[in-house]
Amino acid sequence: MGRIVLKNVTKSFGNTQVIPPLDLTIEDGEFTVFVGPSGCGKSTLLRMIAGLEDLTSGYIEIDGDDATQVPPSERGLAMVFQSYALYPHMTVRKNIGFPLRMAKMDQSEIDKKVETAAKSLNLMDYLDRKPADLSGGQRQRVAIGRAIVREPAAFLFDEPLSNLDAALRVGMRLEIGELHERLQTTMIYVTHDQVEAMTMANKIVVLQAGVIEQVGSPLELYHKPRNKFVAGFIGSPKMNLIEGSEAAKHGAQTIGIRPEHIDVSTTDGMWEGKVGVAEHLGSDTFIHVHGVEGCDPMTVRAAGDMSVKNGETVFLTPQSQNIHKFDAEGLRIE
Amino acid sequence: MAIVAKSSKFGKYGRPTLAWIVGLLFFFPIFWMVLTSFKTDADAVKPEHLIWFTPTLENYLNMTENYDYWRFAKNSVITAVMATLFTLFVGIPAAYAMAFNPSRATKDVLMWMLSTKMLPAAAVLYPMTFLTKSVGLFDTKFLIVMVLSLINLPIVIWMLFTYFKEIPKDIIEAGKMDGVNTWGEIKEILIPLAWGGIASTALLCFIFCWNEAYWTVRLTTTDAATLSKLIEGNRAPEGLFFGRLSAVSAAAVGPIVVLGWFCQKQLVQGLTFGAVK
Ligand SMILES: Nc1ncnc2c1ncn2[C@@H]1O[C@H](COP(=O)(O)OP(=O)(O)OP(=O)(O)O)[C@@H](O)[C@H]1O
Ligand SMILES: [Mg+2]
Repeated sequence: MGRIVLKNVTKSFGNTQVIPPLDLTIEDGEFTVFVGPSGCGKSTLLRMIAGLEDLTSGYIEIDGDDATQVPPSERGLAMVFQSYALYPHMTVRKNIGFPLRMAKMDQSEIDKKVETAAKSLNLMDYLDRKPADLSGGQRQRVAIGRAIVREPAAFLFDEPLSNLDAALRVGMRLEIGELHERLQTTMIYVTHDQVEAMTMANKIVVLQAGVIEQVGSPLELYHKPRNKFVAGFIGSPKMNLIEGSEAAKHGAQTIGIRPEHIDVSTTDGMWEGKVGVAEHLGSDTFIHVHGVEGCDPMTVRAAGDMSVKNGETVFLTPQSQNIHKFDAEGLRIE
Repeated sequence: MAIVAKSSKFGKYGRPTLAWIVGLLFFFPIFWMVLTSFKTDADAVKPEHLIWFTPTLENYLNMTENYDYWRFAKNSVITAVMATLFTLFVGIPAAYAMAFNPSRATKDVLMWMLSTKMLPAAAVLYPMTFLTKSVGLFDTKFLIVMVLSLINLPIVIWMLFTYFKEIPKDIIEAGKMDGVNTWGEIKEILIPLAWGGIASTALLCFIFCWNEAYWTVRLTTTDAATLSKLIEGNRAPEGLFFGRLSAVSAAAVGPIVVLGWFCQKQLVQGLTFGAVK
């Protein structure tokens, strides 16, 4: 079981308040992702749940019990660190078995559990190596192994993949996803990579400067961003935000349209502009168009075989059902 | 052409030469002491036997008889070992707390501890003597162990603190998450990881304890007297017993010189606070 409730939680370092009063409920078995720009307080929030950081005020409940004053070692949560934080003086086997040894489990049972974990993580060949002799991906798997043997109430991940190269990152992303499918344990995952957030989460918590901007499923956030910040943060490439007369036509301060919701033509359309840079990815072409009023440059996603040249004139037409409207405060207008 | 730093002539020849000169200058008194220790007391003061003489082991063989060497040596070993252990016993948790749970006062506490080393020892000599005498601790090994521990604690905590600082905080935090309590963190993670640093610190502390003379000489008479006291107490009138005094002095510094020789690397690392790798 792992239902985690934060009530009125705040955190200050000295006189700077990093987390203003915040409420959040994480249901048992959910894969929750905290996402937001660097320095917004994701790690701080996660560390408060872990117990590694004291709360300035408010309280935390784990499975219905007040855990605010419970030390990290007794919260029954497992954490995977960005730096892996393996014990350098222990072999992989000892590393994975460490939490069990600390729980005073029988050696024979520890061995069994370590083997099972190692098998599921493809670590059988490395059990007697020290962490220094492993690759980044292998180290990360050892860190995950050390977390799963404990059968924790919840897993906490703090940017676990950001030290890995792109290909490995995609692989590990899938592995963690599968792990969640298999264990159905609560997972809280911190990242600043919105692709990771979109692909892994059941529930995304978007943070900015310690404030929760929106909580919802990936598609909710994509289709109904609550405000301009979430609109700009979720989705890649970023949503185009248009101000001025074009927005006024829709009765809004700002309108937003995603690059994939704009049709491009070389002959006619609603807005006219000149091609700046075109990025050819093979599957898609991202065109940055200059000269559209209220939004410069505007990014458009076109088909992969679209060939446009720098300086060429193009016409853009937004799909009207996909236009997001925001008021003067930046909040969504339905 | 790539730009590389040119090695200067001074760096190549001058510096090693200078180092040798300084080294020999420091080593000379020890060399002279060892040399004299192989002369008879009579030869030791005769100018014609300054370099050329018939070496004898007599001074060393009679050391126990002349000076009761082993009794003092035993006290030195006991007090230095106990004081080192006690210092680590207090110093490791203290340095651990400051390295991994720093507060705003940590820096000041560290500076304050170091500042106690700047207090002139002579200033507290009389209070210490009267106090220890009146509570009956004067000339006890317990007192010497305490005094040696207390005078070395600041430097030991400083050294351990700098070593502990190099251990990533994440690893300690991973330990907390894995269900380890504070004692477990120290025993299972901190000590194994900082083992080299702790050993260097212990070694240095042991040497400082062994060499300490100010307090061991003044706060002991017989029961707790160490080798420092032995040598200090047997200063002979000019020219008398130079041979046998040299022998016992050599035997007093011998163990530490040998220890130091074998542990050069750790010692350098310790004294530079781990800056040399
Ligand atoms: N120990 C500390 N003392 C003072 N300020 C801190 C401390 N730890 C974090 N902060 C501040 O709190 C804010 C939030 O930090 P946090 O590490 O939670 O950000 P983050 O969202 O995890 O960022 P990133 O994506 O870069 O990891 C930052 O402004 C940071 O400077
Ligand atoms: Mg962070």
